[in-house]
Amino acid sequence: MQTTDAGFDIRIRDALGNERVRGNFRRAMDGLMQRRLDLFPDAEAMESLRQHGMRIKASALSHLPELLEELEAKLIANGIRVHWAETPLEANQIVLDIMQSHGATSMIKGKSMVSEEMGLNHFLEQHGIDVLESDLGEFILQLAGEPPSHIVAPAIHKDRYQIAELFREKFPDIPYSEDIDELTQSARAILRDRFETAEVGLSGVNFAVAETGTLCLVENEGNGRMSTTVPPVHIAVTGIEKVVEKLEQIPPLLTLLTRSATGQPVTTYFNMISSPRKPGEKDGPEEVHLVLLDNGRSGIYSDPELLATLRCIRCGACMNHCPVYTRIGGHAYGTVYPGPIGIIFEPQKGGLDKYGALTTASSLCGACGEVCPVRIPIPSLINRLRYEANHSNGVTPGSGSKHKNSEALLWKAWSLLYRNPLLYRMMTKAATRLRMLAPGKAGPWTRYRTAPKPAARSLHDLARTHGVDNE
Amino acid sequence: MNTAKPKQVYFFGTCLVDLFYPEAGLAGIRLIQREGVDVIFPQGQSCCGQPAWNSGYRNEARDVAAAQLALFTKEIPVVVPSASCAGMMKEHYPALFSGTPLESTAIALSKRVVELTAFLVDVLDIRVEDLGDPQKVAIHSSCSALREIQVGDKIETLVSKLSRVDKVEQAYKRECCGFGGTFSVKQPDISGAMVADKTASIRETGADILVSQDCGCLMNIAGAFDRQGNGPRCMHIAELLWERTHADD
Amino acid sequence: MSNARQKILARLRDAPRPDVTSIGKGAVESPVWDLDERIRRFTDRMTAVRAEVVETSPDTWMQALQAVCQRAGARNLLYSAASPFGEAISRQPPVAHPVTTGLESHKWKTTLFHEIDAALTTTLGGIAETGTLMLWPDMQEPRMMSLVPPVHIAILEAGKLFNTFSEAVAAMQWQDGMPTNALLISGPSKSADIEQTLAYGVHGPKELVVLLIRD
Repeated sequence: MQTTDAGFDIRIRDALGNERVRGNFRRAMDGLMQRRLDLFPDAEAMESLRQHGMRIKASALSHLPELLEELEAKLIANGIRVHWAETPLEANQIVLDIMQSHGATSMIKGKSMVSEEMGLNHFLEQHGIDVLESDLGEFILQLAGEPPSHIVAPAIHKDRYQIAELFREKFPDIPYSEDIDELTQSARAILRDRFETAEVGLSGVNFAVAETGTLCLVENEGNGRMSTTVPPVHIAVTGIEKVVEKLEQIPPLLTLLTRSATGQPVTTYFNMISSPRKPGEKDGPEEVHLVLLDNGRSGIYSDPELLATLRCIRCGACMNHCPVYTRIGGHAYGTVYPGPIGIIFEPQKGGLDKYGALTTASSLCGACGEVCPVRIPIPSLINRLRYEANHSNGVTPGSGSKHKNSEALLWKAWSLLYRNPLLYRMMTKAATRLRMLAPGKAGPWTRYRTAPKPAARSLHDLARTHGVDNE
Repeated sequence: MNTAKPKQVYFFGTCLVDLFYPEAGLAGIRLIQREGVDVIFPQGQSCCGQPAWNSGYRNEARDVAAAQLALFTKEIPVVVPSASCAGMMKEHYPALFSGTPLESTAIALSKRVVELTAFLVDVLDIRVEDLGDPQKVAIHSSCSALREIQVGDKIETLVSKLSRVDKVEQAYKRECCGFGGTFSVKQPDISGAMVADKTASIRETGADILVSQDCGCLMNIAGAFDRQGNGPRCMHIAELLWERTHADD
Repeated sequence: MSNARQKILARLRDAPRPDVTSIGKGAVESPVWDLDERIRRFTDRMTAVRAEVVETSPDTWMQALQAVCQRAGARNLLYSAASPFGEAISRQPPVAHPVTTGLESHKWKTTLFHEIDAALTTTLGGIAETGTLMLWPDMQEPRMMSLVPPVHIAILEAGKLFNTFSEAVAAMQWQDGMPTNALLISGPSKSADIEQTLAYGVHGPKELVVLLIRD
């Protein structure tokens, strides 16, 4: 979905007007926020852990090219094949080539946001491949023909009644039920067969350890393990920023991820894959591939401030705490990654010309930065991207594309007025004297509030008559 | 943390206070003077530059901010009755002036800026006698106060010092009110939804007064209450403190 | 494709190197508990996510295993005859139809998906802080055992119960050689994808029973 200013506004208005979805999001976000808080009872310990997480990721990023080479060498030595892709199209083609080399026409997927970024499902289906999502949330969305609205809980915008209706429509043989356990058991039964027979399994990667050549995956359902264990071929796709240097760094990152994302001390499964099936082993894929996707990340890497964007471990805590996301939901953003991480990542990845409007969808309240487990200064980066959107000498693709003469002139005029003490005081004098003429309608502000009226006397005036020293 | 009481401070009123809440600014000045501290109010001051900074117009923000740098040159604290403006000067001036000839001046100033409630609690440790009528007060701390410069507890402390005030807490207390400066005009519907929820939660407490350390939030919340037709009286903490604790006018 | 590799690495190498010397300070404390406390925490965490922890001893674990199999209604049990526990099971099977992992490779998948009611594995150890089992599946105990059958029974020796994951990794020096697949298992499978409400028994086992053997 390409975000345009006009499209974004419409989607926002639709979302704000949808009481049901707003209710679903409010309840869901409240629950996630509380659950996270419950797992970080000690504020000081939490801060130490966040600092630690930031240090691990920042340090890995500081020698990213070397780490990627080390990761690649280790993976290859372990028997895992490594592929590099600059663009989603290249990555899709790599996946297709692997499948075609095996004559495979069916794929079962564990959850992968990078595969969403690639638009993998659509691409493969166009080439005659049957792709099935196995994560319950993604499975539901695939049935509904919708994209995810949250990076961790993809079907969070739906309630059980909507899901029951969906199952009734798609699986008429299964008795109708609104019971969550029954719906889940139905999904289990439907997917069981497919796990057994799929020719290729696809997964994402949460952490890739350079030291040992290990791909790490978190999950609760078991579908990730199924997809990476049962089919004879496993393809993992990931962004180049997911590499971590040492194995000992995994435990702190894991606990930060699970506690920040879903308020769990750990997920049901933590799956660490270091090689394909070895001789004598009875199960596991015979071939394991890793596709490393760039898609704009190396560009982000070139700026010392914006680089912090790449620390993200995809926990979703930022969007769980965002008052804007809570009210407009994930789909309104029109992007693969929504919420605070989305509004900084997507414009840097896809250009400010297409995604610059996203940077306005924040009051800079800082709730996101407060909870980010790797301390990405999201509000500062939003601010920086707003600057880049209006000025063409920026490093981000599409910088300057949101420059509007009218706004630029407004701020120029404001600057001329406010930096000149005499002009400023003349302005405030006029405003206070003419306060009764202040407009009752002041654009979008007065849609929801009365327009503020200047006071009878400015503080400058009151301070002077009160005898406060000038210097 | 009680730092030593200075003999003299600057007062940076902020542009919103100057034009829309001057009484709050004057109350802040009087609260400081009452503790025996001299206040200097340079008449040349205007705005910290934040509106342009947050809109992505850094050069214009810098020009206005530079004009302020020239006025607060003595090595004394600069007290600011707004957490967001204090936050701008403390947290962002160094970056704003990075690589310019004014960089060291900006850094030096940023270290001397102190938000008003933090000054009243941590430096002046003010003692007050509550002379007002019993009232229910709800507190809204701005996002800057809570998260940027982390002074959210100071306004709580100050309200607690008022013995005849009953503190009430609204739901979603830490959530943004939807002001966000230019956010309220660039994303008016999202902002409107946020302030609608904020006013509803405050109204539910039955508060007589809504107090904040930030006039941006006040303007937003008060304006929404006013449009809705009723609501508590909205005040800046300086105004509330002065009104309830000074015996003569 | 190596062209993509070259271009990506070139762009990364061209970028200025961030100075991370002052970034993120602060030590993270690791808890240290005695054995009783570790067992208590492990059991609490496991029980909270509907796993069952049966405290037993070297003398009584076989009876415990039999009771578990009966309760689970398992007609068969898949296990490795090669482990010390396996030898005992082979001598005195707790179910009517014991199945060893020595079965032919080409039957492995079908057997697991369609025939096995319960599978028993040993474990590398456990983690008290999070209520976690550590498994390094191998030729004798392949990874589908703890994944496909509806019931997974795991033997955890109390002496191998670590305080934290960090401690376990350091103590056992995992970085010196990772297996094909290393697993942390912390309960039966579950999902909260529908209305953020927990539902158990999704794609992995519906039941997890830990036989905690304490000397």
